[in-house]
Amino acid sequence: MSENETVVTITVNGQPVEAQPGEWVIAAAERAGVYIPHFCYHPRMNSVGMCRMCIVDIDTGRGPALQPSCMVAVSEGMVVDTTSDQTRKAQDGVLEFLLLNHPLDCPVCDKGGECPLQDQTMAYGPGESRFVEEKRHFEKPIPVNDLVYLDRERCILCDRCTRFADEVAGDPLITFQDRGDQTQVNTFPDLPFSSYFSGNTVQICPVGALTAVPYRFKARPWDLTEVESTYPNPMGDRVVVQASRDQVLRYQGVDSDAVNWGWLTDKDRFSFESTASDLRLGSPLIRGTPLGRPDPGGSELVETTWRQALALAADAIRAAVEDKGPQSVAVLGGARLTNEDQYAWARLAKGVIGTDNVDAQLDDGLPTDAVLGLPRATINRACTPGGTVVLMAPDPKEEQGTLYLRLRHAVVNDGVQLIELTPRATGLSHLAAHRLHHRPGEAAAVAAALVGGDIDAGPDREVGGVAADALAAAAAALADRADQPITVILGRPSLAEAAGPTVEAAAELMKLAKLLTAGGRPGIAFLPALHRGNVLGALDMGLAPGVLPGRVTLADGAAALAESWGSVPASPGADARGILKAAAGGNIDVLILLGVDPLGDFPDRKLAESAIKGVGTVIASDLFLHPSAAQADIVFPAAGFGERRGTHTNMEGRITRERQIVTSPGTARADWAIASELARLLEADLGFGSPEEVWEEIVRVAQSHRDLSLEAIDTETDGVVVADSSIAFHSPEDATPVPHVDAYSLRLVSSRRMYDRGTLVQHAPSLAGLAAGAVLALNPYDFDRVGVDMGTEVQAISHVGEMFVPVVSDAGVPRGTAAFGYNCPDLDVRALIDNDAVVTDERIQT
Amino acid sequence: MARLNPNNLAIAQEGIARYPVPRSALIPLLHLAQEQDGYVTEDAMAHIAELVGVTPAEVMGTCSFYEMLKREPVGDYMVNICNGISCHLLGASALIHHAEDTLGVKPGGTTDDGKITLEAVECIAACTEAPCLQVNYRYRNQVTTEDFDQLVADLRADTAGVAPHGQLAKVRQHVSEDRWAGVSPPNGQGEPAWMARNPSDNGDGS
Repeated sequence: MSENETVVTITVNGQPVEAQPGEWVIAAAERAGVYIPHFCYHPRMNSVGMCRMCIVDIDTGRGPALQPSCMVAVSEGMVVDTTSDQTRKAQDGVLEFLLLNHPLDCPVCDKGGECPLQDQTMAYGPGESRFVEEKRHFEKPIPVNDLVYLDRERCILCDRCTRFADEVAGDPLITFQDRGDQTQVNTFPDLPFSSYFSGNTVQICPVGALTAVPYRFKARPWDLTEVESTYPNPMGDRVVVQASRDQVLRYQGVDSDAVNWGWLTDKDRFSFESTASDLRLGSPLIRGTPLGRPDPGGSELVETTWRQALALAADAIRAAVEDKGPQSVAVLGGARLTNEDQYAWARLAKGVIGTDNVDAQLDDGLPTDAVLGLPRATINRACTPGGTVVLMAPDPKEEQGTLYLRLRHAVVNDGVQLIELTPRATGLSHLAAHRLHHRPGEAAAVAAALVGGDIDAGPDREVGGVAADALAAAAAALADRADQPITVILGRPSLAEAAGPTVEAAAELMKLAKLLTAGGRPGIAFLPALHRGNVLGALDMGLAPGVLPGRVTLADGAAALAESWGSVPASPGADARGILKAAAGGNIDVLILLGVDPLGDFPDRKLAESAIKGVGTVIASDLFLHPSAAQADIVFPAAGFGERRGTHTNMEGRITRERQIVTSPGTARADWAIASELARLLEADLGFGSPEEVWEEIVRVAQSHRDLSLEAIDTETDGVVVADSSIAFHSPEDATPVPHVDAYSLRLVSSRRMYDRGTLVQHAPSLAGLAAGAVLALNPYDFDRVGVDMGTEVQAISHVGEMFVPVVSDAGVPRGTAAFGYNCPDLDVRALIDNDAVVTDERIQT
Repeated sequence: MARLNPNNLAIAQEGIARYPVPRSALIPLLHLAQEQDGYVTEDAMAHIAELVGVTPAEVMGTCSFYEMLKREPVGDYMVNICNGISCHLLGASALIHHAEDTLGVKPGGTTDDGKITLEAVECIAACTEAPCLQVNYRYRNQVTTEDFDQLVADLRADTAGVAPHGQLAKVRQHVSEDRWAGVSPPNGQGEPAWMARNPSDNGDGS
């Protein structure tokens, strides 16, 4: 195809418009600023031509004819008229038909005011109905799941929600049923639309048929104010935050081409309920008497003033530094804050106090050099048509919902080949070209065989629990597409195994990456799939041991940063596990918790418990009084999402703006302000008066972020990807030895579910009940071997603990493996996990 | 009354294997379920969903589209009296009234003994034989009230020579395994197995 054939020129209402071959007329017209009314057409889904509203005069040389513009592709010389009398008459007629059965309950309908049907009736319809017969009737709103109600009388059968469920989410649990004028959208009886993405159907419904429980009857669209912001999850989903009377009432997804395509998970979409919760902290708390006097070591947390709480915190820090040196102060967490908050705390800890015992991850992620040192991919790169994705991460459907949707689309529609290298099946398994479900802890051997191609194939051979034949097929497929980009989604697939095997597997893939790039091919890049909102920002801002803001190691960046900071820690500090071990040993006097709950979230609960007990002063800055904060000595109420402004960094390193729309409860303050106040009391002026001033300092001192102005971030519709990094990835020298699993044991796999016992989920009334109870899942073939029956309660025993748990069958769990949700609300699997070992084995008895 | 019984499960699996894509067998399987229970039960729909790899909601969507797939229990014999224009002119209404009186049910109802379900239907394309009706979709032509009474008596005695509702044929078709379509490769990647067996076909209908 020659150069000039790649553009098609059509005429829309007399104006020439250039379009891509294959583009729908409706899309080309909209790009040219001509709006064609429609209900069923959605740019992110297949066209179906259901509603007929978009019919316009299209002339392809045989005279104008009415055709649905969402189903006709542009062709050279095409003439489109969206204003002709014929078009107008047809659209009026279609609208009159659509309104035949549509109830006129707009005054009590949630959609009223933002309803495409209402708007287009105003713009096009005849205004008066000639239909005098009885409209069709259905039972008024029925729940299709716990979050979404369906009013079938209002439905105009546009097929958007059912298409979304089928094409985008892959959960076709709502369909058209019956036919003719009785056609309705419905679920199978007693089988709800249990999708993690059901809230999106509410957003794309062009009428008020689908409404979300948390928003029903809460506000009218004209009472809402809104800002565009970034939801603080690792994908950095773009959202519009809508509020009324200083209350956030709704998040709507924004179609960002590079990130979330307008979609959100239900967990994120409805999490505003928890930030708006009555249980939010609104005042600083200290250990004190009922009258509010400080009482160190007292049993009660009492409300106090900021002045007193900050002074007590500063005194404790000063005393610890004087007594045992700066290393006796440690900071845990910060992954849920904005970049500016993180930078302020990093500067306070490393520049003012002088401790490097700082870690934003809770020993459940990857080493800093594996995140910042490996070549970073973008989501679009992973989704390049014809490319390959290697999944070595926890189930994206459970942890990174919108990434799951993007990957699913890429595999289903764009021919992306997915190789799954995980210890158990994920939500993407049924789409994977090659499923390599290895024994927990043995990813490195499988990755080595995958890229080395040196496989001893044969029917009975295996590598790390993966059949050699399957592995050889995957290796051949990988080599076959080596000319196309290969993207590795890298994370900790199981919290019951150490990070070592995953890092070693990444190192194996890097060997191939070097060969490919040397050969001038796109090679391999990595997308880190870590837990907690802005964890990538935290690593960039230096909230990790051994690094400074700007993706630079302590050793390399100290000299440059000392100019602006005055001083930096002399030697690298401890990571989260090291910090808690030091704390349990009595070597940490002040432990600062930034939006983390080690008691609830740290993989080693016993260590977390003894650490909190062993610390002199625990200072927590948080939204809620979670179990760890409840044991703290000083608690600062912090501003949450929607109450603060700043920037966010997603898994690609993409920086986008987070904006404020409501005020914080009580006197809660943004974390950067808390850090600067504390610094002031420690005789250091950070010099910030606003998050924008913090950002100015970040772009001045952070190498990777140099000269990246907020204006530049705002100008780009999808933010700016920061790619520079001076940190190198260290390939592990020795492979971690993985013990053999004995014949009587099962190897444990534990990963997070979307709805869990986490603070945000449990404080959102609509979401809290969705967390599933704990079960132990075994391969169906293992029941006989273990000698238990499905559904019975069994005793699971590892050498560190034991518990009773119901056992279920799951074909996605490989033989010899037992899977247990990491963060179930009722049973805590952490009692079984040996955190000092690479893997944990357990036995089962009845 | 529930999922497909072992015998029908074997038939279902053979049926699925005949199609290049499992979900193509959906409608034959719904007929099989209706043959088993007289109507399509929800359990059967869920079972079919498992067998062809779709969700029960999708099976429901397909099943509910077709009038002749019943989702509620019906009698052993469906009596569909035509009320199209020719039949109407030649006394269909009177016949329907007579049927209502004799059977004691309105159209759509089933007699207490569970034998007969009465339906009034639109034109069934036998206008030259008006007024006409169908018993389990088998025609009875130029039906008088006397004919109707005799028919009801025969149906109640199971001597009308009509198979119970749901049964599609007296002899089940079997296709030998080498004529099955075989699993088709994903879209655009190679041709289905049956094309190779018919080289003259060239896959282009020539």
